[in-house]
Amino acid sequence: MSLLEVDRLGMHYGQGRRVTEAIRDLSFAVERGELVSVIGPSGCGKTTLLRCIGGLLAPTSGAVVLRGEPVTGPPDEMAVVFQEYNRSLFPWMTVRQNVAFPLRGKGLTKHARRERGEEAIAAVGLTRSLDHYPWELSGGMQQRVAIARALAYQPSVLLMDEPFASVDAQTRADLEDLTLRVRDEFGVTIVLVTHDIDESVYLADRIVVLSPAPGRVQETVRVELPKPRDQIETRTLPEFTELRTHVHRAVKRPPEGV
Amino acid sequence: MRRRLLAASLELGVPVVLVAGWWLWSTRSESFYYPPLPDILSTFADTWLFERVADDVLPSLARLAAGFTIAAIFGIGLGLALGLSRPARLTLAPTVEFLRAIPTPALIPVAIVLLGIGDTMRVTIIATACVWPILLNAIDGVAGIDTTLVETARSYRVRRLDRVRWVVLPAALPQIFAGMRTSLSVGILVMVVSEMEASTNGIGFFVLQSQRTFAIPEMWSGILLLGILGYALNFGFTRIERRVLRWHRGWRASALGAA
Repeated sequence: MSLLEVDRLGMHYGQGRRVTEAIRDLSFAVERGELVSVIGPSGCGKTTLLRCIGGLLAPTSGAVVLRGEPVTGPPDEMAVVFQEYNRSLFPWMTVRQNVAFPLRGKGLTKHARRERGEEAIAAVGLTRSLDHYPWELSGGMQQRVAIARALAYQPSVLLMDEPFASVDAQTRADLEDLTLRVRDEFGVTIVLVTHDIDESVYLADRIVVLSPAPGRVQETVRVELPKPRDQIETRTLPEFTELRTHVHRAVKRPPEGV
Repeated sequence: MRRRLLAASLELGVPVVLVAGWWLWSTRSESFYYPPLPDILSTFADTWLFERVADDVLPSLARLAAGFTIAAIFGIGLGLALGLSRPARLTLAPTVEFLRAIPTPALIPVAIVLLGIGDTMRVTIIATACVWPILLNAIDGVAGIDTTLVETARSYRVRRLDRVRWVVLPAALPQIFAGMRTSLSVGILVMVVSEMEASTNGIGFFVLQSQRTFAIPEMWSGILLLGILGYALNFGFTRIERRVLRWHRGWRASALGAA
Protein backbone atom coordinates (compact mmCIF):
# COMPACT_ATOMS: atom_id res chain seq x y z
CA MET A 1 0.00 0.00 0.00
CA SER A 2 1.27 3.44 -0.87
CA LEU A 3 1.67 6.05 1.86
CA LEU A 4 -0.50 8.53 0.04
CA GLU A 5 -3.02 7.89 -2.69
CA VAL A 6 -4.92 10.41 -4.75
CA ASP A 7 -7.90 8.51 -6.05
CA ARG A 8 -10.00 9.82 -8.96
CA LEU A 9 -10.01 13.26 -7.43
CA GLY A 10 -12.36 15.86 -8.91
CA MET A 11 -13.03 19.41 -7.87
CA HIS A 12 -15.22 22.10 -9.33
CA TYR A 13 -16.09 25.54 -8.10
CA GLY A 14 -19.27 27.51 -8.61
CA GLN A 15 -22.66 26.36 -9.76
CA GLY A 16 -24.75 26.00 -12.91
CA ARG A 17 -23.32 27.73 -15.95
CA ARG A 18 -20.52 29.41 -14.06
CA VAL A 19 -19.03 26.18 -12.89
CA THR A 20 -15.25 25.87 -13.26
CA GLU A 21 -13.72 22.44 -13.23
CA ALA A 22 -10.28 22.67 -11.66
CA ILE A 23 -9.29 19.01 -11.66
CA ARG A 24 -10.96 15.90 -13.03
CA ASP A 25 -10.49 12.23 -12.29
CA LEU A 26 -6.96 12.73 -11.03
CA SER A 27 -5.12 9.73 -9.63
CA PHE A 28 -1.58 9.01 -8.53
CA ALA A 29 0.22 7.48 -5.56
CA VAL A 30 3.19 8.56 -3.48
CA GLU A 31 5.48 6.02 -1.82
CA ARG A 32 7.12 6.52 1.54
CA GLY A 33 10.27 8.65 1.32
CA GLU A 34 9.59 9.77 -2.23
CA LEU A 35 9.82 13.29 -3.52
CA VAL A 36 7.10 13.74 -6.10
CA SER A 37 6.85 16.98 -8.00
CA VAL A 38 3.60 17.97 -9.64
CA ILE A 39 3.96 20.14 -12.68
CA GLY A 40 1.59 21.56 -15.25
CA PRO A 41 0.63 24.67 -17.15
CA SER A 42 -0.66 27.55 -15.08
CA GLY A 43 -4.30 27.24 -14.11
CA CYS A 44 -4.28 23.44 -14.30
CA GLY A 45 -5.41 23.08 -10.71
CA LYS A 46 -2.05 22.39 -9.05
CA THR A 47 -2.84 24.44 -5.99
CA THR A 48 -6.35 23.02 -5.77
CA LEU A 49 -4.85 19.55 -5.83
CA LEU A 50 -2.42 20.39 -3.05
CA ARG A 51 -5.13 21.93 -0.91
CA CYS A 52 -7.23 18.81 -1.36
CA ILE A 53 -4.32 16.58 -0.37
CA GLY A 54 -3.69 18.75 2.69
CA GLY A 55 -7.31 18.43 3.78
CA LEU A 56 -7.86 22.18 3.47
CA LEU A 57 -10.39 21.72 0.70
CA ALA A 58 -13.01 18.99 0.41
CA PRO A 59 -12.98 17.52 -3.12
CA THR A 60 -16.21 17.29 -5.10
CA SER A 61 -15.48 13.68 -6.00
CA GLY A 62 -12.87 11.04 -5.34
CA ALA A 63 -10.66 10.90 -2.28
CA VAL A 64 -7.23 11.42 -0.84
CA VAL A 65 -6.12 8.41 1.16
CA LEU A 66 -3.30 8.57 3.70
CA ARG A 67 -2.18 5.19 5.13
CA GLY A 68 -5.48 3.72 4.01
CA GLU A 69 -7.55 6.38 5.74
CA PRO A 70 -9.47 8.98 3.71
CA VAL A 71 -8.39 12.55 4.43
CA THR A 72 -11.31 14.65 5.66
CA GLY A 73 -9.44 17.49 7.34
CA PRO A 74 -5.82 18.54 7.80
CA PRO A 75 -4.11 15.33 8.97
CA ASP A 76 -1.80 15.33 11.95
CA GLU A 77 1.08 14.00 9.91
CA MET A 78 1.06 16.58 7.14
CA ALA A 79 2.53 20.05 6.99
CA VAL A 80 2.21 22.64 4.25
CA VAL A 81 4.74 25.20 3.05
CA PHE A 82 2.89 27.92 1.18
CA GLN A 83 4.24 30.02 -1.64
CA GLU A 84 3.55 33.32 0.09
CA TYR A 85 5.94 33.06 3.01
CA ASN A 86 5.31 36.68 3.92
CA ARG A 87 1.61 35.91 4.36
CA SER A 88 2.00 32.53 5.96
CA LEU A 89 4.40 33.47 8.77
CA PHE A 90 2.79 35.27 11.68
CA PRO A 91 4.28 38.76 11.68
CA TRP A 92 3.64 39.27 15.42
CA MET A 93 5.69 36.22 16.34
CA THR A 94 9.47 35.90 16.30
CA VAL A 95 11.12 33.15 14.28
CA ARG A 96 11.25 30.95 17.38
CA GLN A 97 7.59 31.54 18.21
CA ASN A 98 6.48 30.96 14.62
CA VAL A 99 8.20 27.60 14.49
CA ALA A 100 7.04 26.42 17.94
CA PHE A 101 3.45 27.67 17.63
CA PRO A 102 1.98 24.70 15.69
CA LEU A 103 3.41 22.35 18.33
CA ARG A 104 0.92 23.59 20.93
CA GLY A 105 -1.58 20.97 19.83
CA LYS A 106 0.94 18.14 19.98
CA GLY A 107 0.73 17.64 23.73
CA LEU A 108 4.37 18.56 24.32
CA THR A 109 5.77 20.42 27.31
CA LYS A 110 6.85 23.98 26.81
CA HIS A 111 10.44 22.88 27.09
CA ALA A 112 10.03 20.14 24.48
CA ARG A 113 8.32 22.57 22.09
CA ARG A 114 11.15 25.00 22.48
CA GLU A 115 13.78 22.37 21.90
CA ARG A 116 12.10 20.93 18.83
CA GLY A 117 11.69 24.42 17.41
CA GLU A 118 15.33 25.28 17.92
CA GLU A 119 16.43 22.00 16.36
CA ALA A 120 14.40 22.69 13.22
CA ILE A 121 15.66 26.25 13.02
CA ALA A 122 19.22 24.98 13.31
CA ALA A 123 18.53 22.50 10.50
CA VAL A 124 17.73 25.36 8.12
CA GLY A 125 20.71 27.38 9.37
CA LEU A 126 18.86 30.23 11.07
CA THR A 127 20.01 29.87 14.67
CA ARG A 128 21.30 33.40 14.63
CA SER A 129 17.88 34.79 13.76
CA LEU A 130 15.91 32.96 16.47
CA ASP A 131 14.58 36.12 18.05
CA HIS A 132 14.08 38.15 14.92
CA TYR A 133 10.69 38.85 13.45
CA PRO A 134 10.15 37.28 10.01
CA TRP A 135 9.75 40.67 8.36
CA GLU A 136 13.26 41.55 9.47
CA LEU A 137 14.60 38.73 7.28
CA SER A 138 15.09 38.37 3.53
CA GLY A 139 12.58 36.43 1.43
CA GLY A 140 14.79 33.37 1.25
CA MET A 141 15.32 33.37 5.00
CA GLN A 142 11.59 33.74 5.57
CA GLN A 143 10.93 30.68 3.45
CA ARG A 144 13.54 28.84 5.52
CA VAL A 145 11.54 29.73 8.62
CA ALA A 146 8.42 28.32 6.97
CA ILE A 147 10.31 25.13 6.15
CA ALA A 148 11.66 24.94 9.72
CA ARG A 149 8.13 25.32 11.03
CA ALA A 150 6.98 22.44 8.86
CA LEU A 151 9.93 20.26 9.94
CA ALA A 152 9.40 20.95 13.64
CA TYR A 153 5.88 19.62 13.21
CA GLN A 154 7.53 16.33 12.18
CA PRO A 155 5.11 15.40 9.42
CA SER A 156 5.45 12.22 7.46
CA VAL A 157 4.25 14.10 4.37
CA LEU A 158 5.39 17.61 3.54
CA LEU A 159 3.35 19.53 0.98
CA MET A 160 5.01 22.44 -0.78
CA ASP A 161 3.06 24.85 -2.94
CA GLU A 162 5.46 26.59 -5.35
CA PRO A 163 7.66 27.29 -2.36
CA PHE A 164 10.50 28.97 -4.25
CA ALA A 165 8.52 30.93 -6.81
CA SER A 166 9.10 34.33 -5.26
CA VAL A 167 12.81 34.29 -4.44
CA ASP A 168 15.82 35.06 -6.64
CA ALA A 169 17.68 32.35 -8.58
CA GLN A 170 20.62 31.89 -6.20
CA THR A 171 18.37 31.69 -3.14
CA ARG A 172 16.17 29.31 -5.02
CA ALA A 173 19.08 26.95 -5.67
CA ASP A 174 20.04 27.11 -1.99
CA LEU A 175 16.50 26.35 -0.88
CA GLU A 176 16.24 23.45 -3.35
CA ASP A 177 19.36 21.88 -1.86
CA LEU A 178 18.11 22.59 1.64
CA THR A 179 14.89 20.75 0.78
CA LEU A 180 16.83 17.70 -0.45
CA ARG A 181 19.03 17.72 2.62
CA VAL A 182 16.24 17.95 5.20
CA ARG A 183 14.30 15.33 3.30
CA ASP A 184 17.06 12.85 4.10
CA GLU A 185 17.69 14.21 7.57
CA PHE A 186 14.06 14.13 8.69
CA GLY A 187 12.98 11.19 6.51
CA VAL A 188 10.00 13.01 5.15
CA THR A 189 7.94 12.32 2.04
CA ILE A 190 7.46 15.41 -0.10
CA VAL A 191 4.85 16.44 -2.63
CA LEU A 192 5.99 19.62 -4.32
CA VAL A 193 3.94 21.67 -6.74
CA THR A 194 5.89 23.81 -9.17
CA HIS A 195 5.60 25.42 -12.56
CA ASP A 196 9.35 25.28 -13.06
CA ILE A 197 10.35 22.30 -15.22
CA ASP A 198 14.05 22.41 -14.27
CA GLU A 199 13.19 22.50 -10.61
CA SER A 200 10.80 19.57 -10.90
CA VAL A 201 13.46 17.46 -12.61
CA TYR A 202 16.26 18.50 -10.26
CA LEU A 203 14.34 17.69 -7.07
CA ALA A 204 12.07 14.81 -7.88
CA ASP A 205 12.15 11.05 -7.77
CA ARG A 206 9.02 11.12 -9.86
CA ILE A 207 7.24 13.87 -11.79
CA VAL A 208 3.49 13.97 -12.22
CA VAL A 209 2.66 16.05 -15.28
CA LEU A 210 -0.82 17.52 -15.28
CA SER A 211 -2.85 18.45 -18.35
CA PRO A 212 -4.33 21.92 -18.84
CA ALA A 213 -7.54 22.59 -16.90
CA PRO A 214 -9.35 20.55 -15.83
CA GLY A 215 -6.16 18.99 -14.53
CA ARG A 216 -5.64 15.27 -15.05
CA VAL A 217 -2.50 13.19 -14.98
CA GLN A 218 -0.94 13.57 -18.41
CA GLU A 219 2.06 11.45 -17.67
CA THR A 220 4.22 10.22 -14.83
CA VAL A 221 7.96 10.48 -15.33
CA ARG A 222 10.46 8.58 -13.20
CA VAL A 223 13.65 10.53 -12.50
CA GLU A 224 16.67 8.33 -11.99
CA LEU A 225 19.38 10.92 -11.72
CA PRO A 226 22.22 10.03 -9.32
CA LYS A 227 22.04 11.23 -5.73
CA PRO A 228 23.02 13.42 -4.04
CA ARG A 229 21.94 15.91 -6.62
CA ASP A 230 24.29 18.78 -7.32
CA GLN A 231 23.28 22.13 -8.75
CA ILE A 232 26.11 22.15 -11.30
CA GLU A 233 26.86 18.49 -12.00
CA THR A 234 23.32 17.18 -12.06
CA ARG A 235 22.12 19.94 -14.31
CA THR A 236 24.87 19.28 -16.86
CA LEU A 237 24.15 15.56 -17.15
CA PRO A 238 22.77 14.54 -20.55
CA GLU A 239 20.02 12.61 -18.73
CA PHE A 240 18.94 15.83 -17.06
CA THR A 241 18.62 17.58 -20.39
CA GLU A 242 16.74 14.63 -21.81
CA LEU A 243 14.27 14.52 -18.92
CA ARG A 244 13.82 18.22 -19.03
CA THR A 245 13.00 18.12 -22.76
CA HIS A 246 10.68 15.20 -22.21
CA VAL A 247 8.78 16.93 -19.42
CA HIS A 248 8.67 20.13 -21.42
CA ARG A 249 7.02 18.29 -24.33
CA ALA A 250 4.60 16.55 -21.98
CA VAL A 251 3.51 19.87 -20.51
CA LYS A 252 2.98 21.32 -23.98
CA ARG A 253 1.21 18.29 -25.45
CA PRO A 254 -2.57 18.48 -25.72
CA PRO A 255 -4.22 15.93 -23.44
CA GLU A 256 -5.21 12.59 -24.91
CA GLY A 257 -8.80 12.00 -25.83
CA VAL A 258 -9.73 15.62 -26.33
CA MET B 1 17.37 66.63 9.52
CA ARG B 2 16.52 70.24 8.82
CA ARG B 3 13.02 69.28 7.81
CA ARG B 4 12.54 67.37 11.03
CA LEU B 5 13.79 70.32 13.02
CA LEU B 6 11.37 72.56 11.18
CA ALA B 7 8.50 70.15 11.80
CA ALA B 8 9.34 69.92 15.50
CA SER B 9 9.57 73.68 15.91
CA LEU B 10 6.23 74.11 14.12
CA GLU B 11 4.67 71.44 16.34
CA LEU B 12 5.75 73.34 19.42
CA GLY B 13 5.48 76.78 17.89
CA VAL B 14 1.83 76.73 16.87
CA PRO B 15 0.47 76.09 20.40
CA VAL B 16 2.88 78.67 21.84
CA VAL B 17 1.70 81.29 19.33
CA LEU B 18 -1.94 80.45 20.01
CA VAL B 19 -1.53 80.74 23.78
CA ALA B 20 0.43 83.96 23.41
CA GLY B 21 -2.28 85.34 21.15
CA TRP B 22 -4.98 84.41 23.63
CA TRP B 23 -2.91 85.97 26.41
CA LEU B 24 -2.42 89.25 24.54
CA TRP B 25 -5.97 89.44 23.33
CA SER B 26 -7.50 88.68 26.73
CA THR B 27 -5.21 90.70 29.03
CA ARG B 28 -7.11 93.86 28.41
CA SER B 29 -10.44 92.10 28.25
CA GLU B 30 -13.11 93.79 30.31
CA SER B 31 -15.68 91.19 29.36
CA PHE B 32 -17.09 89.19 32.23
CA TYR B 33 -17.38 86.11 30.06
CA TYR B 34 -13.87 86.24 28.61
CA PRO B 35 -11.60 86.87 31.60
CA PRO B 36 -7.87 87.48 30.98
CA LEU B 37 -5.86 84.30 30.48
CA PRO B 38 -3.62 85.03 33.52
CA ASP B 39 -6.77 85.04 35.67
CA ILE B 40 -7.86 81.74 34.21
CA LEU B 41 -4.42 80.27 34.77
CA SER B 42 -4.21 81.36 38.37
CA THR B 43 -7.71 80.01 38.94
CA PHE B 44 -6.58 76.84 37.25
CA ALA B 45 -3.65 76.52 39.65
CA ASP B 46 -5.88 77.24 42.66
CA THR B 47 -8.57 74.85 41.57
CA TRP B 48 -6.80 71.91 40.01
CA LEU B 49 -3.40 71.87 41.73
CA PHE B 50 -4.52 69.85 43.60
CA GLU B 51 -7.53 70.99 45.52
CA ARG B 52 -10.31 69.43 43.50
CA VAL B 53 -8.40 66.49 42.06
CA ALA B 54 -9.92 64.03 44.51
CA ASP B 55 -13.35 65.69 44.37
CA ASP B 56 -13.81 66.00 40.63
CA VAL B 57 -10.91 64.70 38.52
CA LEU B 58 -10.58 61.26 40.06
CA PRO B 59 -14.32 60.46 39.93
CA SER B 60 -14.37 61.54 36.29
CA LEU B 61 -11.34 59.44 35.38
CA ALA B 62 -12.67 56.46 37.31
CA ARG B 63 -15.95 56.59 35.37
CA LEU B 64 -14.11 56.92 32.10
CA ALA B 65 -11.78 54.04 32.94
CA ALA B 66 -14.65 51.78 33.99
CA GLY B 67 -16.80 52.64 30.97
CA PHE B 68 -13.92 52.29 28.53
CA THR B 69 -12.79 48.97 29.97
CA ILE B 70 -16.27 47.50 29.82
CA ALA B 71 -16.62 48.75 26.25
CA ALA B 72 -13.28 47.23 25.28
CA ILE B 73 -14.17 43.84 26.74
CA PHE B 74 -17.59 43.77 25.09
CA GLY B 75 -16.43 45.32 21.85
CA ILE B 76 -13.51 42.94 21.36
CA GLY B 77 -15.41 39.87 22.56
CA LEU B 78 -18.47 40.50 20.44
CA GLY B 79 -16.31 41.72 17.56
CA LEU B 80 -14.37 38.44 17.52
CA ALA B 81 -17.59 36.44 17.61
CA LEU B 82 -19.26 38.42 14.83
CA GLY B 83 -16.10 38.70 12.78
CA LEU B 84 -15.59 34.94 12.84
CA SER B 85 -19.15 34.05 11.93
CA ARG B 86 -20.51 35.39 8.68
CA PRO B 87 -24.11 34.32 9.42
CA ALA B 88 -24.02 36.03 12.82
CA ARG B 89 -22.56 39.13 11.22
CA LEU B 90 -25.20 39.31 8.52
CA THR B 91 -27.98 38.64 11.01
CA LEU B 92 -26.92 41.32 13.44
CA ALA B 93 -25.56 43.98 11.07
CA PRO B 94 -28.80 46.02 10.74
CA THR B 95 -29.35 45.95 14.50
CA VAL B 96 -25.79 47.07 15.20
CA GLU B 97 -26.07 49.85 12.61
CA PHE B 98 -29.34 51.05 14.11
CA LEU B 99 -28.16 51.03 17.72
CA ARG B 100 -24.94 52.76 16.86
CA ALA B 101 -26.84 55.52 15.05
CA ILE B 102 -28.58 56.59 18.26
CA PRO B 103 -26.68 59.50 19.84
CA THR B 104 -25.77 58.18 23.26
CA PRO B 105 -26.67 61.37 25.19
CA ALA B 106 -30.25 60.76 24.09
CA LEU B 107 -30.13 57.59 26.16
CA ILE B 108 -29.28 59.43 29.39
CA PRO B 109 -32.95 60.01 30.33
CA VAL B 110 -33.70 56.34 29.74
CA ALA B 111 -30.63 55.32 31.71
CA ILE B 112 -31.70 57.55 34.61
CA VAL B 113 -35.11 55.90 34.66
CA LEU B 114 -33.63 52.41 34.49
CA LEU B 115 -30.46 52.80 36.55
CA GLY B 116 -31.00 55.85 38.73
CA ILE B 117 -28.69 58.82 38.95
CA GLY B 118 -25.62 57.08 40.35
CA ASP B 119 -22.33 56.12 38.77
CA THR B 120 -23.82 52.92 37.34
CA MET B 121 -25.83 55.08 34.99
CA ARG B 122 -22.84 57.20 34.00
CA VAL B 123 -20.51 54.24 33.47
CA THR B 124 -23.19 52.50 31.43
CA ILE B 125 -23.61 55.55 29.24
CA ILE B 126 -19.87 55.89 28.69
CA ALA B 127 -19.53 52.18 27.91
CA THR B 128 -22.45 52.34 25.48
CA ALA B 129 -20.90 55.20 23.57
CA CYS B 130 -17.41 53.65 23.56
CA VAL B 131 -18.40 50.19 22.43
CA TRP B 132 -19.32 51.01 18.80
CA PRO B 133 -15.99 52.08 17.35
CA ILE B 134 -14.26 49.13 19.07
CA LEU B 135 -16.92 46.66 17.99
CA LEU B 136 -17.07 47.76 14.36
CA ASN B 137 -13.30 47.87 14.02
CA ALA B 138 -12.93 44.48 15.67
CA ILE B 139 -15.48 42.95 13.28
CA ASP B 140 -13.69 44.46 10.28
CA GLY B 141 -10.29 43.43 11.53
CA VAL B 142 -11.34 39.84 12.14
CA ALA B 143 -13.31 39.48 8.93
CA GLY B 144 -10.48 40.95 6.87
CA ILE B 145 -7.74 38.65 8.17
CA ASP B 146 -5.41 37.24 5.50
CA THR B 147 -6.75 33.86 4.40
CA THR B 148 -3.24 32.43 4.13
CA LEU B 149 -2.70 33.03 7.86
CA VAL B 150 -5.93 31.25 8.68
CA GLU B 151 -5.12 28.37 6.31
CA THR B 152 -1.69 28.03 7.87
CA ALA B 153 -3.19 27.77 11.34
CA ARG B 154 -5.77 25.32 10.05
CA SER B 155 -3.21 23.16 8.27
CA TYR B 156 -1.33 22.83 11.56
CA ARG B 157 -4.52 21.85 13.35
CA VAL B 158 -4.21 24.73 15.78
CA ARG B 159 -7.13 24.41 18.15
CA ARG B 160 -9.96 26.89 17.89
CA LEU B 161 -9.21 28.72 21.11
CA ASP B 162 -5.49 28.96 20.33
CA ARG B 163 -6.37 30.12 16.84
CA VAL B 164 -8.55 32.92 18.14
CA ARG B 165 -6.09 33.96 20.83
CA TRP B 166 -2.82 33.74 18.91
CA VAL B 167 -3.82 34.28 15.28
CA VAL B 168 -7.13 36.06 14.89
CA LEU B 169 -6.81 38.50 17.78
CA PRO B 170 -3.27 39.70 16.98
CA ALA B 171 -4.16 40.03 13.29
CA ALA B 172 -7.15 42.22 14.17
CA LEU B 173 -5.34 44.15 16.89
CA PRO B 174 -4.14 47.07 14.73
CA GLN B 175 -7.71 47.82 13.77
CA ILE B 176 -9.00 47.22 17.29
CA PHE B 177 -6.51 49.77 18.57
CA ALA B 178 -7.66 52.32 16.00
CA GLY B 179 -11.20 51.76 17.28
CA MET B 180 -10.12 52.14 20.91
CA ARG B 181 -8.41 55.42 20.12
CA THR B 182 -11.63 56.79 18.67
CA SER B 183 -13.54 55.40 21.64
CA LEU B 184 -11.27 57.17 24.06
CA SER B 185 -12.17 60.62 22.74
CA VAL B 186 -15.83 59.65 22.48
CA GLY B 187 -15.59 58.45 26.07
CA ILE B 188 -14.27 61.78 27.36
CA LEU B 189 -17.04 63.58 25.53
CA VAL B 190 -19.79 61.38 26.94
CA MET B 191 -18.20 61.44 30.37
CA VAL B 192 -18.58 65.24 30.45
CA VAL B 193 -22.13 65.11 29.12
CA SER B 194 -23.16 62.45 31.63
CA GLU B 195 -21.76 64.55 34.46
CA MET B 196 -23.84 67.52 33.49
CA GLU B 197 -26.99 65.59 34.28
CA ALA B 198 -28.04 64.88 37.87
CA SER B 199 -24.50 64.81 39.17
CA THR B 200 -22.75 65.97 42.33
CA ASN B 201 -19.14 65.77 41.20
CA GLY B 202 -16.88 65.34 38.19
CA ILE B 203 -15.26 67.80 35.79
CA GLY B 204 -18.40 68.13 33.67
CA PHE B 205 -20.40 68.88 36.80
CA PHE B 206 -17.79 71.45 37.85
CA VAL B 207 -17.87 73.30 34.53
CA LEU B 208 -21.66 73.52 34.49
CA GLN B 209 -21.83 74.43 38.16
CA SER B 210 -19.24 77.19 37.68
CA GLN B 211 -21.20 78.63 34.79
CA ARG B 212 -24.42 78.57 36.79
CA THR B 213 -22.81 80.35 39.72
CA PHE B 214 -21.11 82.87 37.42
CA ALA B 215 -17.66 81.59 38.39
CA ILE B 216 -16.46 82.23 34.84
CA PRO B 217 -12.66 81.80 35.32
CA GLU B 218 -13.41 78.48 37.05
CA MET B 219 -15.55 77.43 34.11
CA TRP B 220 -12.76 78.22 31.68
CA SER B 221 -10.20 76.45 33.84
CA GLY B 222 -12.37 73.31 33.76
CA ILE B 223 -12.54 73.47 29.97
CA LEU B 224 -8.79 73.93 29.83
CA LEU B 225 -8.33 70.92 32.09
CA LEU B 226 -10.52 68.77 29.83
CA GLY B 227 -8.38 69.73 26.85
CA ILE B 228 -5.20 68.85 28.70
CA LEU B 229 -6.64 65.56 29.98
CA GLY B 230 -7.84 64.56 26.55
CA TYR B 231 -4.46 65.33 25.07
CA ALA B 232 -2.59 63.46 27.80
CA LEU B 233 -4.84 60.40 27.59
CA ASN B 234 -4.48 60.21 23.84
CA PHE B 235 -0.73 60.63 24.14
CA GLY B 236 -0.51 57.86 26.72
CA PHE B 237 -2.71 55.60 24.66
CA THR B 238 -0.65 56.15 21.52
CA ARG B 239 2.44 55.19 23.50
CA ILE B 240 0.86 51.91 24.58
CA GLU B 241 -0.32 51.26 21.04
CA ARG B 242 3.16 51.76 19.64
CA ARG B 243 4.58 49.30 22.11
CA VAL B 244 1.96 46.63 21.62
CA LEU B 245 1.91 47.00 17.84
CA ARG B 246 5.64 47.35 17.33
CA TRP B 247 5.54 44.36 14.98
CA HIS B 248 2.85 46.01 12.90
CA ARG B 249 4.89 49.08 12.12
CA GLY B 250 7.93 47.02 11.23
CA TRP B 251 5.90 44.60 9.16
CA ARG B 252 4.16 47.36 7.23
CA ALA B 253 7.40 49.16 6.59
CA SER B 254 8.98 45.98 5.22
CA ALA B 255 5.89 45.20 3.12
CA LEU B 256 6.00 48.68 1.59
CA GLY B 257 9.74 48.37 1.01
CA ALA B 258 9.31 45.07 -0.82
CA ALA B 259 6.50 46.29 -3.05
